Amino acid sequence: MSDVSLVVNGRKVSGSVEDRTLLVHFLRENLGLTGTHVGCDTSQCGACVVHVDGKAVKSCTMLAVQASGSEVVTIEGLANGAELHPVQAAFKEHHGLQCGFCTPGMIMAATDMIRRHPEGLDEATVRAELEGNICRCTGYHNIVKAVLAASKTMAKSKGKAKAKAA
Amino acid sequence: MYSLNYHRASSVADAVKLQKKGEDAKFVSGGMTLIPAMKSRLAAPSDLVDLAHIAEMKGIKVSGKTVTIGGGTTHAEVASDAKLKAVCPALTYLASHIGDPHVRHKGTIGGSIANNDPAADYPAAMLALGATIITNKREIAADKFFTGLFETALKDGEIVTGVSFTAPAQAAYEKFRNPASRYAIVGVFVAKGKDGVRVAVTGAGDEGVFRAHGMEKALTKAFAPASLEGLAIPAGSLMSDMHASAEYRSSLITVMAKRAVAKASA
Repeated sequence: MSDVSLVVNGRKVSGSVEDRTLLVHFLRENLGLTGTHVGCDTSQCGACVVHVDGKAVKSCTMLAVQASGSEVVTIEGLANGAELHPVQAAFKEHHGLQCGFCTPGMIMAATDMIRRHPEGLDEATVRAELEGNICRCTGYHNIVKAVLAASKTMAKSKGKAKAKAA
Repeated sequence: MYSLNYHRASSVADAVKLQKKGEDAKFVSGGMTLIPAMKSRLAAPSDLVDLAHIAEMKGIKVSGKTVTIGGGTTHAEVASDAKLKAVCPALTYLASHIGDPHVRHKGTIGGSIANNDPAADYPAAMLALGATIITNKREIAADKFFTGLFETALKDGEIVTGVSFTAPAQAAYEKFRNPASRYAIVGVFVAKGKDGVRVAVTGAGDEGVFRAHGMEKALTKAFAPASLEGLAIPAGSLMSDMHASAEYRSSLITVMAKRAVAKASA
């Protein structure tokens, strides 16, 4: 057993876990944050994607003890109260989901992708970047539309914030 | 996953000490291969010594044509390093095509090399670049490092702390990926340096990564795709599985090598 302490969605949390506990299980079972899903359990599908220290990782392929001391953001940490994150809003607007199982991972992957591409995104880049996220409904078309729309919205609001600051 | 004891190392010396304590302790870096293997119980180390927090094992140094990459540097960091891209774009391209974005945030060059998966990308690059693998004990030429399927020259308690190489004048990597797993069915790294051309093949050899000496000779004479016309690695020494027969892999090696040469010359 080891003690782990993390900051999850801005909140300090700690717990005592078996060393073999996966981060995803710590999030779901110890913290009750069941928005992060386990899909394939073989590190391929991306339903478990969360951000650890600002980077998208597969929480089913990382031990909770490995993440100790890190900051973690899950799908529950994106919205600002009742106001959806622009990526969440875009998935809703463009119906970027069918059954919804892959959606938390898709959205966490998309926010990471947008952060890494401040120059903007095109369809080919979004499709290539979604390599680590599988949608079994094969609903990629609207997912891609949603990511592109969110990227544009976020670039605009960033521009506005800059204009205000100036 | 079987039960295990986790230890976080703060330095290379600390990691060596921690590894000695465990009955069957393994080093873990990004864990992108080891953790899945442990989940499926194909690997069951008694202890894991985490190398991910060792600052001395991270970072990329480019000085003229000399490149040094810390063993703990992630694929994403290699892929996005502007200085490295300027002297060896073939390697940043290779790194940007390992796994997927989330895997690249965790997986490291040292881990990939130490694991020597027969379909891993980095071993081909190390071999073709004539790289030196740096460990906590010695320096090993890539030609002597990769010794078989998941086998390397590493001894117990030895850690890949970094790699170094001289950036080649021209180089490129081309891989034909399994459409589902995205692992290389065949990957070919071609590098033209001052001592001639080196060609290394991953994904295909039944003993893991290997150099294609016949192709190297032909390309050293004339560095053009046409030089590879009629040259093929015999199927007898290649892997055959549900994804591709040895004959198909043999054919793919020549095609990927030609594409790599064309790309390196462009």
